[in-house]
Amino acid sequence: MELYEGGCELKLLETLEGHSDRVWSLAWNPVTAAAGTPLVFASCSGDKTVRIWENTPSHSASWTCKAVLEDTHTRTVRSCAWSPSGKLLATASFDATTAIWENVGGDYECVSTLEGHENEVKSVSWNASGTLLATCGRDKSVWIWELQPGNEFECVSVLQGHTQDVKMVQWHPSTDVLFSCSYDNTIKVWAGDDDDWQCVQTLGEPNSGHSSTVWALSFNASGDKMVTCSDDLTLKIWETDNIQMHSGDGYAPWRHLCTLTGYHDRSIFSVHWSSEGIIASGAADDAIRFFVENRDGLVDGPTYKLLLKKEKAHDMDINSIQWSSGEKRLLASASDDGTIKIWELASLCMENGH
Amino acid sequence: MVFELINANPVVYEKKERRARSAPSDYSDEYAAEPIDQQEVFDHVRDIKDPEHPYSLEELKVITEDAIEVDDMQSYVRVTFTPTVEHCSMATIIGLCLRVKLLRSLPSRYKVDIRVAPGSHASEASVNKQLNDKERVAAALENPNLVDMVDECLAPSYG
Repeated sequence: MELYEGGCELKLLETLEGHSDRVWSLAWNPVTAAAGTPLVFASCSGDKTVRIWENTPSHSASWTCKAVLEDTHTRTVRSCAWSPSGKLLATASFDATTAIWENVGGDYECVSTLEGHENEVKSVSWNASGTLLATCGRDKSVWIWELQPGNEFECVSVLQGHTQDVKMVQWHPSTDVLFSCSYDNTIKVWAGDDDDWQCVQTLGEPNSGHSSTVWALSFNASGDKMVTCSDDLTLKIWETDNIQMHSGDGYAPWRHLCTLTGYHDRSIFSVHWSSEGIIASGAADDAIRFFVENRDGLVDGPTYKLLLKKEKAHDMDINSIQWSSGEKRLLASASDDGTIKIWELASLCMENGH
Repeated sequence: MVFELINANPVVYEKKERRARSAPSDYSDEYAAEPIDQQEVFDHVRDIKDPEHPYSLEELKVITEDAIEVDDMQSYVRVTFTPTVEHCSMATIIGLCLRVKLLRSLPSRYKVDIRVAPGSHASEASVNKQLNDKERVAAALENPNLVDMVDECLAPSYG
């Protein structure tokens, strides 16, 4: 971990304007930048549109808006997610629908619209194989959809269980286990197959869970840990037994590992665990924070420490922060101020050979 | 369909006198923004009309100057309001009106918390949680009926 020995800084690479209302969420296209191919991400906004941004590495590392997906959603677009193949983009809206877009030679066409939620859809997530989609919303339910031939989707399950507004859904990175987090302060774990899905675990206050709305969750690269962020101003790290998880049952219980408290002053809206193990958080105090595992000291089990805090990263609340899927420590943040910022977490001392 | 007023006979209080703002002294920088203070925030909200009655939030003592906490250096405001009755279902509407008026009146750097006065409402925690959930507020403000209601309450406060 040479990076941390010499210290690091967060460099602002570019500020992207274009949306005419707050930017709620963004998602990097997972098809990582091979030599010469551009990095792409999608952003969605209160202005009812989705924008696709591209960066061509061979040019002056500058980002351009390649497409504006409009005239489809009739209300705020809250969340977006690329399929694992990078070919489809799902967008979830307050208009109670989820739209599926396909990139047809540079133009994005809406190829399908998923209806069913009673009111605002808040989040959408693809499973690792791209065969299943999950959505959730203010109607307290979580829906699982199966991809059919011709980009059609069939609803295979409507999961009730949360007692309030469901804020986010996220599939586990390597198994078909679904996680949801809610205004009811809990995280629920859902497992099953075909049309038979059940809530197999609820992480609430009795399990050292959060004491207010849980806004987001993110898994580490190996999928045996997850981090959740909340209106209760804490981040919580949870862990599971990886071996048991990958054995026949495909599900193992999660337990609380530690709570990061005292670092945030206002609601934490977004958290993302990088492939290298750096946790980034975006909060309502306009700041970005980075946490890493603390290898020093003699403690039982892993603890986490603050690596860096960037105050006033934006002029208003940060709603979403996402590491890119590429190699460089690149990340993007989206804010109520209507902008998206591209950052690089760089080491202060020069690394040999780079 | 006739609705029963939740509180048909509210107590109406006298309005506080409006103090004229003192003119800045000659030697101070006339272009410097004056720090936002309690009185200024109160002036933004005092004339908001109660959703049910033709009286302002000030006249009904739903909002008082003392119940506003301001820290301009930290760009922070907290408004505590007292609904006229304990199970007032208008509490969320009043809270929403306060939030919208301050959103439109204060610089965008401001962080605003709205809450009901402790002990003044039967569902205090639930109301406070809703009023401070930014996503819920955003979705509510996309409802045209709700926006009309809020705008009607805010109309007298723009004077």
